Amino acid sequence: MDINLLTVDSARSAVLEKQTTPSAMVDAFYQKIEAEDGPIGAYLTLSKDRAYRQAARIEALADKGDDLPPLAGVPIAIKDVFTTKDVRTTAGSKILSEFVAPYDATVVSRLEEAGAIILGKTNCDEFAMGSSNENSGFFPVHNPRDLSRVPGGSSGGSAAAVAAGTAVASLGSDTGGSIRQPAAFCGVVGLMPTYGRVSRYGLIAFASSLDHPGPFGKSVLDTALMLQAIAGRDPRDSTTADVPVPNYREQVGEPISGMKVGVPGEYFEEGLDPEVREAVEIGLQEMKIAGAEIVPVSLPHTAYAIPTYYVVATAEASSNLARYDGVRYGLRSKEAKTLSEMYRRTRDAGFGAEVKRRIMLGTYVLSAGYYDAYYLKAQRVRSLLARDFDEAFSKVDVIVTPTTPTAAFKLGEKTDDPLAMYLADIFTVTADLVGIPGISIPCGKSKDGLPIGMQILGKHFDESTLLRVAHVAEHALAGKVAVSS
Amino acid sequence: MVSEKDVSYVAELAHLELTDDERRRMLKDLNSILDYIDRLNQLDTSNVEPMAQVASRYAQRTHGDDAFAHAMRADEPLPCLPREEALRNAPASDGTFFKVPKVIER
Repeated sequence: MDINLLTVDSARSAVLEKQTTPSAMVDAFYQKIEAEDGPIGAYLTLSKDRAYRQAARIEALADKGDDLPPLAGVPIAIKDVFTTKDVRTTAGSKILSEFVAPYDATVVSRLEEAGAIILGKTNCDEFAMGSSNENSGFFPVHNPRDLSRVPGGSSGGSAAAVAAGTAVASLGSDTGGSIRQPAAFCGVVGLMPTYGRVSRYGLIAFASSLDHPGPFGKSVLDTALMLQAIAGRDPRDSTTADVPVPNYREQVGEPISGMKVGVPGEYFEEGLDPEVREAVEIGLQEMKIAGAEIVPVSLPHTAYAIPTYYVVATAEASSNLARYDGVRYGLRSKEAKTLSEMYRRTRDAGFGAEVKRRIMLGTYVLSAGYYDAYYLKAQRVRSLLARDFDEAFSKVDVIVTPTTPTAAFKLGEKTDDPLAMYLADIFTVTADLVGIPGISIPCGKSKDGLPIGMQILGKHFDESTLLRVAHVAEHALAGKVAVSS
Repeated sequence: MVSEKDVSYVAELAHLELTDDERRRMLKDLNSILDYIDRLNQLDTSNVEPMAQVASRYAQRTHGDDAFAHAMRADEPLPCLPREEALRNAPASDGTFFKVPKVIER
């Protein structure tokens, strides 16, 4: 068994058909992580006790001859922004470097109930704030396709683990593109479900109205099977919607003939790398061959998405991150005599530069005298962005765009210019603001051999259509994602 | 334009101290980002409702006034984290409460 080739289904079958045991599979993955993850840096913490305990549980089920749950024995990785009981959970921040969570995030317990084996927690930008993983409080992640390049962010570790084959699938979170952008850079599939489709309970909050948990996989089907396990209402998250969850496996593989695929001109303007444009145009051509109709649409407020995002997201972040005060958990500065001094010194020592920048910006736009000019203004523009999509989706079933304007950039290339870094998310932030689902699938390579991503956006709660289109495109373009060697 | 005074004031609100270097950098970065954000003023939004969150816009369309009915539950006490679990990550505690430095100087 070549573990690089494992998918969700084949890992489960290997256990079901007794080609291997879950513990032997876990052994093989830990050996691979130890041998290969050093230069990549995808993992922050390995949850070995937990992994072997779960492996034993699955083994017992297999021995009894019981029907195995859908993700039985599938080795996965979890972005370190999701709490895992008794396992260190850092959110990529020094302020939580010793934090051991007392409870599991809903998505974590659901994945384990579905049989998945959690190998460890993956590196990410601190509090999921970043587009390159260089904001990790510990060490940056390197792109397994080219170690001189970033894996994207903020879920860079989760994307890199799947690309490197050190996990079969993984979980990330997307607030402004943090699943889709690293999926594009690492050449894997990354799915951001509709806001409200997946519980945020136990997801360490960055911007609560924008945070979306979602999976990475080597194929569209793998992300669909991961979504199946985590989707649905959770009484512990009042923003999860009371919307039925379809059987995604049945949807993947359905034909797309007659479907209308929208192409927004605003996403193909100057600034888009010609190689990326060409790759996405080839993808669109394949959809046409499969019987879809390509329809030009307009999303006229696209140029306002990044400024809107950096007001809304930082405002919410400044409020969410107020909890890191050195009182109940996390770092506490020992050089403080008074309570307020303790707050300031703790936060100064625990937060990195980008997190401080966003807390400052968010505090500023919410402060007296600026609230209306910035925060309220951005909320109104957020409505305009939503209207753009309402209008477009009255004409088409899905919208196709590039995931990113360029392929993966080099480490250090954008670290001195926060605005240049923010613009790496120019094609992804709008879906977070509007709450619609989006997926990035690999669609060709640049002449330097770097992966290029195609983004498909769908209507609220219509992940099914998204997955159907993505699956057709995936098979027309390249088939399954190969692990880099 | 954000001034040095604004940076100090906002840092105080945010419970950050910031070194002199950090303040200088912050002044530059905030001004450059806010300058970019100012393009929102090109849009007339006087008749546009603010959108605080996704569900308020979409659930109401499908579920009307009952949009958030599912978010309501009976106000009943449920088990919560045991005290020792809740205190496990505390930087300082006396076994019953979190301990913090003095709040009032005498």
